[in-house]
Amino acid sequence: MSLLELRSVTKRFGDFVAVDQISLDVAAGEFLTLLGASGSGKTTTLRMVAGFEHPDSGTILMDGADITGLPPYRRDLNTVFQQYALFPHMNVRENVGYGLRMRKVGRSEIRERVTRALEMVQLGHLADRPPRKLSGGQQQRVALARALVNRPRVLLLDEPLGALDLKLRKEMQLELKHLNRQLGITFIYVTHDQEEALTMSDRIALMQNGRIVQLGQPRVLYDRPASRYVADFIGETNLLPATVTAQRGDDLTLTIGNVAATATTGRSWVPGTPGWLAVRPEHLRVASGTAGPNRLTVTARETIFTGQVTRVYTALADGTAVVMHWPAGATPPEPGMALTVTWEPAHGVCVGD
Amino acid sequence: MASALATRRLSRFAFAALPIGWVGLLLLLPYLFLFAHSFFRLSNGQLTHQLTLENYARLFGTPLYPGTIVFSAGIAARVTLLSLLLAYPLAYLLAFKVRRHKNLLYMAVIIPLWVSYLVRAYAWKIILGQEGVLNGFLQGIGVIDAPLSVLLYSKWAVMIALVHIYTPFTLMPIYAVLESIAPSLKEASQDLYASRWRTFVHVVLPLSLPGVVAGCTFAFVLSMGDFIAPVLLGGNDSALMVSNLVVSLFGVAYNWPLGAAVSVVMLLMTITLLTIARQVEDRLGGGAAERRAGQPGDAQAGMGRGALHA
Repeated sequence: MSLLELRSVTKRFGDFVAVDQISLDVAAGEFLTLLGASGSGKTTTLRMVAGFEHPDSGTILMDGADITGLPPYRRDLNTVFQQYALFPHMNVRENVGYGLRMRKVGRSEIRERVTRALEMVQLGHLADRPPRKLSGGQQQRVALARALVNRPRVLLLDEPLGALDLKLRKEMQLELKHLNRQLGITFIYVTHDQEEALTMSDRIALMQNGRIVQLGQPRVLYDRPASRYVADFIGETNLLPATVTAQRGDDLTLTIGNVAATATTGRSWVPGTPGWLAVRPEHLRVASGTAGPNRLTVTARETIFTGQVTRVYTALADGTAVVMHWPAGATPPEPGMALTVTWEPAHGVCVGD
Repeated sequence: MASALATRRLSRFAFAALPIGWVGLLLLLPYLFLFAHSFFRLSNGQLTHQLTLENYARLFGTPLYPGTIVFSAGIAARVTLLSLLLAYPLAYLLAFKVRRHKNLLYMAVIIPLWVSYLVRAYAWKIILGQEGVLNGFLQGIGVIDAPLSVLLYSKWAVMIALVHIYTPFTLMPIYAVLESIAPSLKEASQDLYASRWRTFVHVVLPLSLPGVVAGCTFAFVLSMGDFIAPVLLGGNDSALMVSNLVVSLFGVAYNWPLGAAVSVVMLLMTITLLTIARQVEDRLGGGAAERRAGQPGDAQAGMGRGALHA
């Protein structure tokens, strides 16, 4: 049975539908990420689970019990806030012990558990400091300790790494992932950063306009995007306008311009419908020989070296941009050079709007 | 170059000269005169410039003067308490509960400050007087047969007027502090199992104390020094706030040295009170005060991070 369950939950703010009939099951111990652009409803969804907002319709269940109407202080879950929300009039120790104090845990037990929680986030030496004397990364850890010390069933994290610099953010991503595995606590994580979502999550729910547009393992969202939006949002991708000519199971034949190509798809298509062929830059390579499937002629425009990869920006005859990763060590093409590029049929996914 | 620099220095000096001159001439100099006068002697109704401590000796030796100061402080303390009891809930409502017409309500509290003090004090005369609105109303509904005379010309009337006049001053700093409390702090508290009431007790109230101290200081200092409300509404009974005493010492009694001495004592009391309040505010506000002073907290935090990741 799933630990947390959202059943057709809707939230409106005036005329704006922030969350539109979302249903979602979260398993115990899972790391689930709500991913989406701002305004997609991910934070509102999280706030409804926390109890800060109440759904206009639908139910939220925890362990099968309806918690939809419960105030935040009666829910067995804790939140790590975007700006940490540490109490400025309390020192680190008092901040971390607040939840236990409110639950009327004994003094000596509070002391012990707070000490252990602070050690877990490597901040034992700063226990008597006020939060304002800590760096952003340290405040972030205090916020984490303040939530985890209560041993909640579910930890809600609202873009907790947004204010940190890149290096620290990468460190914290791994740390959060480890904590999730170690403690067996269910994490529901909100972010707009797709890379962060791919790094940490067991599953990702990609949201758009208050709905979940695709829910699945990171690999699935990356390799088998369900729509043009997903393909575009997750990672870097080329979207080539295509027309479906025939379907057999998950295999499609289609035309791009007047070139025939093959691709896979997760839905059914009526021949003649327009769609998009999504193919990742790392899956494009220069074709060898003169025959074979999936061959497109492009013109090289620009080469950019980024350290990890060399990106070659090209264009189809009609001007559609196509970017590919150039193999390390090979000489990149001169601007204006014509290339024939190709990809494995399994790496081309046909998606609709 | 040199002349440009000189011009700039000169213009900077000219810029500062006006406010410095203003404060010096109109504030510091009069205080200096006042201070000096409190050590002068009055002989046969004539002011002589002989230095003496006898004004202070008389001040502390005559029960009237310390008594009046204590009486005024008592009135001021009660006014402060009443203002706080009115202002805090109102500020809380304005900051957290009212959503529509919030600015309108805030203006409704603040706009009376633009109305002349005298008009507001007189208004209470109209309300509380023998032929006043309140007596008329009470007679009209049959609660009393004859107009009550105790309403006006008592220390109660003075206190009512002072509370009315100084409640906005108490409200403003409290409202400002409450407004500045991040909503996420209240949410974090509730997320950590604190009910609304416990969230108020453990988070909102402690964070609002600097505003409470500031508001109470306003109410206390201003009502302690008030002399118009007692004149208009106090009657014989209590027209003797300490400021009324100073007015009559300077005016009717023509005893400037003694009046000056009483003023100096009041001034010292006020300065002491403000200093204490300031320190309490700083301690309570902790971070806020520090952040205002050029953000040394951030610099330290930055160093801390460097050390951690070194």
